[in-house]
Amino acid sequence: MSKQRAAVAGLVVIAGAASLTACGVDSGAGDDDSKTITVMSHDSWGAPDELIEQFEEESGYTVKVQTAGDAGEVANKLILTADSPTADVIYGIDNTYGMRVVNANVIEPYVASTATDEAKELALPGAEDQLTAIDYGDVCLNVDDAWFAEHDIDPPTSLDDLIDPKYKDLFVTPAASTSSPGLAFLLATIAQYGEDGWQDYWTKLMDNGAKLTSGWSDAYSVDFSGGEGKGARPIVLSYASSPPFTIPEGESEPTTSAVLNTCFRQIEYAGVIAGTDNAEGAEAFIDFLADTPFQESIPDTMFMYPASGAALPELWAEHAPLATDPLSVDPKEIEANRDTWLKEWADVTAG
Amino acid sequence: MAIAAIPIAFLAVFFLLPIGGMLQRGFFTDGALDLSAFGDTLSSPRILRLIWLTVAQAAVASVLSVLLGVPVAYCLYRLRLPGSGLLRAIVAMPFVLPTVVVGVAFRSLLNEAGPLGFLGLDGTWIAIILGLIFFNISLVARTVGSSWQGLDSRAEESAAALGASPMTVFRTITLPALRPAIVSSASVVFLFCSTAFGVVLTMGGLQYGTIETEIYLQTAHFLDLKTAAVLSVLQLVVVLGLLAFIGRWRRGVAPNPTVRVVRRRPRRSEWPVLTVLVIVLAFLLTPILALVVRSLQRGGQWTLQNYVALADEDSNPALLAPVTQALRASLIIAANATVIAVLLGVLVAFVLSRASATRGGRRATKVFDAVFMLPLGVSSVTVGYGFYITLNNPPLDLRTSSVLIPIAQATVALPLVVRTLTPALQQIDDRLRQAAMMLGAPYYRALMTVDVAVIWRPLLAAAGFAMAVSMGEFGATAFLARSDNPTLPVVIFRLISRPDAESFGMAMAASVVLTVVTVVIMGLVERLRVSTVGTF
Repeated sequence: MSKQRAAVAGLVVIAGAASLTACGVDSGAGDDDSKTITVMSHDSWGAPDELIEQFEEESGYTVKVQTAGDAGEVANKLILTADSPTADVIYGIDNTYGMRVVNANVIEPYVASTATDEAKELALPGAEDQLTAIDYGDVCLNVDDAWFAEHDIDPPTSLDDLIDPKYKDLFVTPAASTSSPGLAFLLATIAQYGEDGWQDYWTKLMDNGAKLTSGWSDAYSVDFSGGEGKGARPIVLSYASSPPFTIPEGESEPTTSAVLNTCFRQIEYAGVIAGTDNAEGAEAFIDFLADTPFQESIPDTMFMYPASGAALPELWAEHAPLATDPLSVDPKEIEANRDTWLKEWADVTAG
Repeated sequence: MAIAAIPIAFLAVFFLLPIGGMLQRGFFTDGALDLSAFGDTLSSPRILRLIWLTVAQAAVASVLSVLLGVPVAYCLYRLRLPGSGLLRAIVAMPFVLPTVVVGVAFRSLLNEAGPLGFLGLDGTWIAIILGLIFFNISLVARTVGSSWQGLDSRAEESAAALGASPMTVFRTITLPALRPAIVSSASVVFLFCSTAFGVVLTMGGLQYGTIETEIYLQTAHFLDLKTAAVLSVLQLVVVLGLLAFIGRWRRGVAPNPTVRVVRRRPRRSEWPVLTVLVIVLAFLLTPILALVVRSLQRGGQWTLQNYVALADEDSNPALLAPVTQALRASLIIAANATVIAVLLGVLVAFVLSRASATRGGRRATKVFDAVFMLPLGVSSVTVGYGFYITLNNPPLDLRTSSVLIPIAQATVALPLVVRTLTPALQQIDDRLRQAAMMLGAPYYRALMTVDVAVIWRPLLAAAGFAMAVSMGEFGATAFLARSDNPTLPVVIFRLISRPDAESFGMAMAASVVLTVVTVVIMGLVERLRVSTVGTF
């Protein structure tokens, strides 16, 4: 290896490094100063620009958002990076994975000073002083009313109906092992049929032609007849807030509706990440999330209901009612059994 | 050689270190080595079934890719067909499309209510195989085609003149000459298929899986790093074995760029191969056509609104910026990934082409070469999560840095660059450089006049190919923390995950834009007529 060759190689590398900076890849590293708030969230994160800008102006902080998969993946990444967290504040941990992060001690205790009483009622039992409820939504069956009217069949009204031969081959749901709403649905059946009865229910469900997809978007936009894909199945697992999105242009009534006694309530929380070098900024950001302006933006950008009880958009108030008595499973119980349930579920559905 | 140190250091930091970190987490509990997970994992009937499925899927998909790819290679590289540049770009396109898009396109065709729903393939094993073939057929076509193009046709002609039938000529002369290229490409297809992730997950529902999808489930959802580590090691062993196997066959693969073949018009008797070409083109274009159709519809009506909305800032509350900005971000990130991949690729190719002159050098070369192929066959999930837990101390706390995305994409594109450049550099006679230096040129000057003159074309072609691959790259990018400046595939993924017709339509339109961009880039690459680009 001659010196000249080394020199050539060196030049090439320097040129490369220079071109990198020249081409506008901004480095995120070194942003861990106290003026930046790094927010870790799930893929469904969305917030109006004006609100974030206003917050930045008023607080003097700069907000950086990193998304990291669905609720489960976010929880796991948080635990994996416990020694040196990548972010200051977490938003999007839900009640199905909440106890996992709480037990792993990756959350610093804090509750938003702006949290309303309604939000406090949604707190995660056992972690009331660590996480602040930001929003919630009901995961329920959705039915394509137009399809049922056309075929002159009554739409299903309960989980029991799904195993009725009348509804054979009509239901599609994302899998519990690969999607958060899928897991919520599994928990709904566990709440309904009990620890001893749910496996039997799922066996009958699969025998009745239920179809599994890997994610919610596949189920809703490819297989569901009421979705954009005009699929073949008129019953899908989705959210209580989905129907307003199916109002045809120029009309006022949605073509689908949610079956409200099949709902599992999913609650999403924000918390300060333990080991952050900007706890103050993280707290300020959680206050901002729980405060009215942001709360009011939640339905439009994240398709969830504001935990604070803030005003809903008109369409929601009219066409997206919540379950009055949602199905629920104790978060501690979920944490203790989630993996076992998922493995058993995989066995039952593999058929 | 000191030049080799730079790419090796790159790979060590951005590939070996993250993998090592994940394996360490899996195998060490409280500082003590614990290998009990091996027994537990490998005795589980579910895991054994997955291993079997992985191998069977990959084997079937590789065989079918070869059976379809070889006739396509013949048509595109030996025959003079109208628009063959475009045809080659079309065949190359799937290789650079993101799996999310292809998954939705395929499923909207195959689902019960879709135009091909009557076939009853949705969620079946056959659907997965179709998806795998879709992505990999181009690899066989390119690799075998470029080798075929470089084949000296005189032996075939003499045999034919002596009365051998075309079939006999093919069986006794052509096939043996192509065998290294076929075996090499089939093994790489096997490698890709056995580590396939997105396709298997979307196409197969959950009845089917691979070791890779299982690593994903165990890591991302169960946080069971022990099982994930065992599976990663298992995968690594298989990949290393395959690479060694490919290495043995590769010697004969390097096409001879000095042979200039005249491509001739197809004969009437060649209708069977042409039929295969038409079938393959139809197979590749059908999902794309489905995408185009859906991108032009909203709420059942024909409209261009989905495309108009791409440039509109306020079109979708789910997006922080218009989709056109994501396209810009994708282009910038891909350009940076290309710069990194080409710089490192040049260094690696330089080392590979020089060292192969001696016997010991050749052996070292083989190892060196295989090391840079590794990223193609190793679990991207493991690498992605490995980034999180290893690159966590200054100055290497890059986990949230946007630099990591071009780096991850460059790792994927690097082997393609190396494969394109090495044959070109190998054919340069070192005596030319020596002569130049004898005549008083300094070393860099000799390189400029001798090497650059030969390799600028392959260099440009490799850069284009790397760019196209980075544009569509989703796997590695998806496991990294995504900043507020997402790439086009990431935005498409976000839009698809929304319940409203508007978001879905925009996702389809954005996918069509991405497809057009990659086909244009591949079309430009084709114009450079570098036979080795994108071959293995």
